[in-house]
Formats: sequence, C-alpha cells, structure tokens
Amino acid sequence: MHKVYHRIEQIAGNVIVVSAEDVVYGELAQVESGFGTSLAQVIRLENSRVYLQVFAGGRGVSTDSKVRFLGNTMQVPFSENLMGRVFTGSGVPRDNGPVITENKIPIGGPSVNPAKRIIPRNMVRTGIPMIDVFNTLVESQKLPIFSVAGEPYNELLARIALQAEVDVIILGGMGLKHDDYLYFRDFLEENGALSRSVLYVHTAADPTVECLLVPDIALATAEKFALQDKRVLVLLTDMTNFADSMKEVAITMEQIPSNRGYPGDLYSQLAARYEKAVDFEGSGSITVLAVTTMPGDDVTHPVPDNTGYITEGQFYLKNGRIEPFGSLSRLKQQVNNRTRDDHRTIMDTMIQLYASYKETLEKQSMGFRMSGWDTKLLKYGGRFEKEMMALTVNIPLEEALDLGWKILADCFEPQETGIASKLTDQFWPKD
Amino acid sequence: MNTGKIVGVNGNLLTVAFENPVIQNEVGFATLGEIRLKAEVIRVRGTNAELQVFEDTVGLKVGDEVEFTGDLLSVELGPGLLTQVFDGLQNPLPALAEECGFFLQRGKYLDPLPRETKWAFTPTAKAGDSVVAGDTVGTVPEGIFDHKIMVPFRLQGRLTVKSVVAAGEYTVDQVVAVVTDDKGRDHDVKLMQVWPVKMPIKCYAERLRPTEPLATSQRIVDTFFPVARGGTYCIPGPFGAGKTVLQQITSRHADVDVVIIAACGERAGEVVETLREFPELTDPKTGKSLMERTLIICNTSSMPVAAREASVYTGVTLAEYYRQMGLDVLLLADSTSRWAQALREMSGRLEEIPGEEAFPAYLESVIAAFYERGGVVRLHDGSTGSVTIGGTVSPAGGNFEEPVTQSTLKVVGAFHGLSRARSDARRFPAIDPLDSWSKYTSVVDDEELTIARRILREGSEVGQMMKVVGEEGTSIEDFIVYLKSEYLDSVYLQQNAFNDVDAATPVDRQRHVFGYIVHFLKTKLKFEDKDAARGFFQTLTQATRDWNQITFDSDEFKKQEEQLDHQIAEVTDYA
Repeated sequence: MHKVYHRIEQIAGNVIVVSAEDVVYGELAQVESGFGTSLAQVIRLENSRVYLQVFAGGRGVSTDSKVRFLGNTMQVPFSENLMGRVFTGSGVPRDNGPVITENKIPIGGPSVNPAKRIIPRNMVRTGIPMIDVFNTLVESQKLPIFSVAGEPYNELLARIALQAEVDVIILGGMGLKHDDYLYFRDFLEENGALSRSVLYVHTAADPTVECLLVPDIALATAEKFALQDKRVLVLLTDMTNFADSMKEVAITMEQIPSNRGYPGDLYSQLAARYEKAVDFEGSGSITVLAVTTMPGDDVTHPVPDNTGYITEGQFYLKNGRIEPFGSLSRLKQQVNNRTRDDHRTIMDTMIQLYASYKETLEKQSMGFRMSGWDTKLLKYGGRFEKEMMALTVNIPLEEALDLGWKILADCFEPQETGIASKLTDQFWPKD
Repeated sequence: MNTGKIVGVNGNLLTVAFENPVIQNEVGFATLGEIRLKAEVIRVRGTNAELQVFEDTVGLKVGDEVEFTGDLLSVELGPGLLTQVFDGLQNPLPALAEECGFFLQRGKYLDPLPRETKWAFTPTAKAGDSVVAGDTVGTVPEGIFDHKIMVPFRLQGRLTVKSVVAAGEYTVDQVVAVVTDDKGRDHDVKLMQVWPVKMPIKCYAERLRPTEPLATSQRIVDTFFPVARGGTYCIPGPFGAGKTVLQQITSRHADVDVVIIAACGERAGEVVETLREFPELTDPKTGKSLMERTLIICNTSSMPVAAREASVYTGVTLAEYYRQMGLDVLLLADSTSRWAQALREMSGRLEEIPGEEAFPAYLESVIAAFYERGGVVRLHDGSTGSVTIGGTVSPAGGNFEEPVTQSTLKVVGAFHGLSRARSDARRFPAIDPLDSWSKYTSVVDDEELTIARRILREGSEVGQMMKVVGEEGTSIEDFIVYLKSEYLDSVYLQQNAFNDVDAATPVDRQRHVFGYIVHFLKTKLKFEDKDAARGFFQTLTQATRDWNQITFDSDEFKKQEEQLDHQIAEVTDYA
C-alpha cells in the first residue's frame, strides 16, 4: 500500500512541497483536502523535498492535506469509445457519458525517430483560396493560426476541420470560453462530425494546471489513432493560454524567467507538442492546427515568435481574412508542384502584385497623382481582396487558379506581370 | 567504477553527490533499472556535481545511482561516417529505427560506426617512419574519396612507426599500426579514433587566411556577399524569411567535398526532406548520390534539449576530422539560436545570474569559440583543408539587435541578413542587399560590383524619395535609376529555387550574366516619359527572367541574349 503523507511544508500557487522518500520524478499523486481530491504531479526533487503541481490548483489545500503517491505517471484511457465524447483537461468526462478506464496509455511519450518519417505529400483541400492557392495545407503539417482576440479564429478552425478529409478530429481546448466550447461541440454535431471527434476541453473557469495537460492528452490519443492507420486532425485552441499557464507555474517555482516572464524552456515545451505532427511511414498521420492569439497583435511576442520557429508556417488572421503577408505554408512546395503547372506562378505573381498594390495605396493616401500603372494596380488589388481573400469564398483550387488568371488578364498585359512567357502563352485567357 | 547518488532532479538537470574525483564535462550514466541515461557534468559545487541529462528524466528518484565514465563527451571518427544520419550524440538514427520502430527509445545508444563492415586498407607509412599526430599511415576508399587513417590526434610529440599491417580488409576497431612515442610507449592506431567534441582538433601546421571563394550557386551570395573557403558566415532572419530554403539549396550546390548539416532544434518535417531527397539527388561534381558527400546531424526541436546543445559540437568535430584529410568541408548549423536557447535553458536551471535577455553571460565567448573552429589550414604534408561554417540565427522577434545575432556578427566574415519586407514581396532569396555585407572576395569583377552596388543604393534612395514627393516630383533620370535598380533586383538578386536552371547559377554563368547586366546598367537610356520607361523595363525584366531559365551557352541562350541586345538598342541614347 502506498504511504500517505500529511504534512505539507510549502504551498505557493499551484505548487506544494512535501517531504517524502522513494518518489519518482514525474510521478502522480493524489492530494486530498477539505475541498475535494485532485491529482498532482512531481515536478522537482530536492533531497527529500518533493515539489508537486496540483492539477486542481493550490486553493483549499491545507497544511495537513493528505498526499498519496500513485507510483505511475499521467495516463489516459484509449479506445474507440472515446469517439463522440467530451472530457476535461485531466481526462474526466465533461458530458454525461460513462467514465472510460480501459487501456490506459501514458501521455507525453518520446519523439518520433526522424528516420521513420516520410515527406508529407497529401494536400488538405479547404475550399479557401487563401489557403489552397497561396498557403496550401498539407497532411501532417503543424500550423498555427496567428490571430488577435476577437477574430473568428475558432470559426475558421471549425470550418477547416469540417472540410478536411480526415478520419478523426481531436479538439484540445485550453482556457476556452464556455460559449466557444459549446460552439465547437454544436458545430461538429450539426454537421455530423461529432461521432468522429474526441474533445478535451479546459475552460477558462477550470484550474490553470489542467490546461497544461490538454495538448499532451489530445496528442497522445491522436498518436494512438494514427498508429491504427487513421488520418487524425488535432485542433488546439488556444496555445497562448497554454503558454501562460506554464508561465504561471514557472514563476511560482521561482524559476529564472526568460523573455517577458515566460520560462526559459518555452521553445522546447511548445516544440515537444507541435513535433507530434507526423506522417508515419506505413501508417496514419497527425495534422496539427492550433490557434495562437497574439497579445496586442504583436507577432514578436514570445509565444507567437517561438511558435513561428517551430511550426511549418502560419495562417495570419487579420480583419476577418487570412493576410497574404505573414501567412506561410512551408510544406506547400511538397504538393503544389503536382496540382497544376500554373499553381506556383499564380501563387507568387499575385502576391508580388498585391505588394505593389499596397505601395500604391500608400502613395494614394499621401495624395500623389496616380500613374497609369498605379490605376491598374488599384483595380487589381480591389478585385483580389474581394474575390480571393474574403473568407466567404468557397471554391475548389482549380477554379481559384482560373479566377486568378481572369483577374490578372482583366487588369494587366501579360508582360506587366513578370510571368515567364512560356506560361502566359499557355494560360493567359484569350477572349 | 566511480559512482554517485542522485540528490535532486529538476527537469533534465540532476544533482549528484559524489566521493571520488569527477571531471568537468565528464560523461555519466544515470541508471533507471535496465536503462542507462547519458548525461554530462556541467558544474561541480562541493561534493555535488550537476549533470545535464541528454534524455527525458521521468522515473529517476533521489538515491538512484550515477556511473561516472572518466571520459568527456566524444565522437567516433573513422570510415563509415558519410551518408549517415546521426542525432546530436552520434546515434545512428536509421539503425535505431530498425531496432526500436517509430519512436526514439530512452537510453538506447548504438555504435556510430558499424563494427562489422570491413574496409580495404592500404598502408602508406612503413616501420621506422617518423610521424606526428594527424599524419597518415594508410587509406581506405570511402565513397568518392580516399579516407585517410591518421595517427590518433591525442598523441603528442614525435612518434616512430613501429609496425603497419599489410594491405587487406579490416574492421574499424582492428589495429592497423603501432606507433612509439619518445618515452618508448606503444600506441595502437585503428581505423577509428575517438575525440571529445568540445575540443578543437588542431593537428595542422598552420591556420591560413581564407581567400578563395566558395561558390554556392546563389547569385546574391557569390556575387554580392561571397563566402570564402574556411570562412564563416551567418544568416539571421525572422521566421518565414527563407533561412531553411537557403540552407537547403546551399547544401545541394556548394562547391565542397563534404557537407555536414547540423540541425539543432529544427523542424523534423524539414530534416526529413533532406533525409529522403538527398539519396535521390545527384551531386553535379561527382555524378553520384548527394548523400555520398553528406552527413546529417539531426536533433529536432522535440528531442532533448541537452542533446541539441551537443549537436553543433558533434557537427564541427566531424567537419574538423575531414579537414585533417585535406578536404574542403562546409558545416551548416541550423539554427544556432536554438543552440543558444539550449544554453539559456540549462543556465536557468543552474540558477546562474542571467545576462542580456536571460542568456548566460558566457554566450558571446561560446559563440566565438564555435565559429573559430572553422578555418583553412595547412597540414603537415603541405596540403590544405578547410572548414567553412554557415550558421542561421533565428532572432527573437526578428530583431537583429538581440544577443545571439550580435555576438555572431562580431565573429563571422559575412552577414546575409534576411528581411521580412523582401519575403513579404516574394523576393527570394530574401537577403537584404543594402544591410548585408561580406569581407571576402567576390567571384565577379570588383569594378562592376561597385557599379551594381551604387545603382542598388541610389535606386533605393530614389524609391524612398518617391514615397515623399511622389512619382511626379521625381526627375526622369532619377526614375530610370530607380527602374534600373529594380531590374537588377528582380533578374539577378532574385532567383527561382524551384526552376531547374535558375535554382543554381555556376560561377562562369554569373560572370557572364553579371557583366552583361552591368554593361546595360551603364548604358544611357532615352524615353518619352515615365510610363514608356516602366513599360520598357517590364518587358526587359520578363525577357531576362526567361533568359535565366535557359541552359547556359546553349543556342537558345545566345538567341535570347541577342533579343535582349535588340530591346536595349531601341532605347539606347547614343547622344
């Protein structure tokens, strides 16, 4: 039987300290106080002092609360029965369904051997030209949506989830507003996708530490499904809340803070999660789409900044649309050479011209006279924004490419676009 | 065996109580049941040693044993390194995958060099020869060149060859020669030797100044901001500005014997591209698979942070090893910021007083020491070898003022600064032509280069001015300078990485095309008005871009050049 300790030496935030022997780093414990029972995890050992992170938080823990070590690390149940279910950040049912106890799997498992990965090769079609044409999403990609609070990022996430052809959708909600959680659940249900979804939701009202578990639980489950040959899409929203929870714990632990108070291992921590995106050789895949809200629309804030260096691009959501500047899909090259011969050219040329349009807009706002070229650019930019950039546009890639040529031809002469003559000869619309 | 006991676990930092002497940077193994986790001593305080563990530490507890090895963190050097893919601790990843499957397994270390493979050894030294560390005693063929078997680097002073085996087939751990030092002690020479990664290999006669250009086939690099053989350069840039693509292209086209790619904390998805594609690609120099001259150190961002710190050292040590054979080696480190962050993480755990942006105070000297391991050297046999180091930097917030970028800039010979504005406008490679610099010699004529640089600068000034006074407030002469600089930018600085021909421009083509373009830039032009000028430049730009995509010196290439001549002649002001 496990020994029970009931002298808590230190309580700071969500971290408590007890004196105990034979405790293993990473082990789980049960903390029982007058306000209920919570799981806790060992996060530091120092001689006989054991630091525990209490999932339900430190509030209500008394100096004589009971601590019982469980002898194992964090595990979650895994089975087909997870489908259609909703759980909390520590794996407890949030819906009215039964508790699942079978087949427990550890979370936060080891990294995939890079030698067992294959080059991502399948395009994920979304019907959104700003994604399909300009920043093609690829199966097994890890991609955040950079966004300011108030943008429709969760709606975008849900729409991509629904249109993407995948076998399993796993939602990891971190610090979600209760309304947003219900929105996801209802949206998936209304569109008949709930039965192939598993939701792990930590809401803003739940204890902070539980938020830290969400990505690991969601990704451990995803990994299991992927190894059963399933194509899994993991949605994580919002990773900034996750990082902020880490910051809270790190500061409580009196760790030396790095940038803006975030812990020094922010990069490693984020990477450990994002790198779970994978295309297994001879098995399934995990694609990760995550929301990263940017405080003050500041892309240099440590969370989006570190994220950008880890992920394979990002969709930058601003003013209700995906911005061409700042958005990027690093893996698009893997697939857009096989879609259509003109895909890459349209992708580059239209953005180059859009950049020129932005310069012209600047000149116009300064009150300068518009040259003939400026007038053409203004016409082009307006049409591009309306017909391609708007999130309401929902057309297949091929139609979007044709539309691209049409807009170009309506605004410019072929040589003004800088496109190689070989391609203009072939694709320039002739009327 | 020297052992200690764990008294604390904090992330991947162990505090270990010891009794017998331990060595700074000594390797120790923390025992977790059957599993042994590799670790390195990074600080000693009193009777406690602090060790960074290269693996996940979950499961360790106070009282667990740590075995000290007495050896520093080292790599195995010998035939069989090329074509391999290692992690930061020189674990061969494909072999590991065969044993363990999809996931990396804690505490699993395999021999970096295969023990069974037999190599055809040909002796070059004979009994009685006088040698020093680093001298060759024989060779074995490895892929595209002869791999030299050298007197172990750690031996000191003059040595005498006592015996050498006859030509034949040997495995890496068989003795192929015995040398005697001046105190009469015998030392074995095997095909393989071991060297601590954090110490430079210095078995050469002298270090020389890097003067010869190293062609990368990237026009903006070779022409404007060249890299020298044995030189160092850095590529800082915000995420998404194209660091990785630039590194990938360089690794394919660089004119060197061996390329070592050290990924420290990079995306697995990008490394896997190299892993899977290189074996299929042909090296333009040898006609064989690119993999035969490539070695990959792969420590992706989700692999343990301490191993990430080790990976650049492993990379540079392997590079120095090949340099000792008189070869030209290019080491690409991607990214040195991830490595610096690993230092910061450990420094934080050690609770050291933080320096700027929480980086450790010794950041600068550590970076300098790393880049100083590059260089061109004259070996004892008179031949030369070089290690060129190109490191990418991922500055926080894309801000070049941050400590890693600034410390790096102090010690490198060339700076390829990537700009967000250029990548937003899809101008690739996004190296900023006005901010970047190089102290090395270009492949093109100096005088022509000065003219091109002046046009870029003046064009940018006119561009800035136009933002204030508008196009109508700009003279046509200034406007033409602006168009010329834009033209130079779009047809020469920019290069299409996805077009077979345009992706790589060899030096002779660079000289020809650059000469042609500069000649045109010097030409006085005459236009009715600004719209006519713009129209002309748009057409010329398209024609020149077409030219860039035609094979050099083909008939079609010459035809296109004539067409450009005609276009230019029509607007030339002969007055």
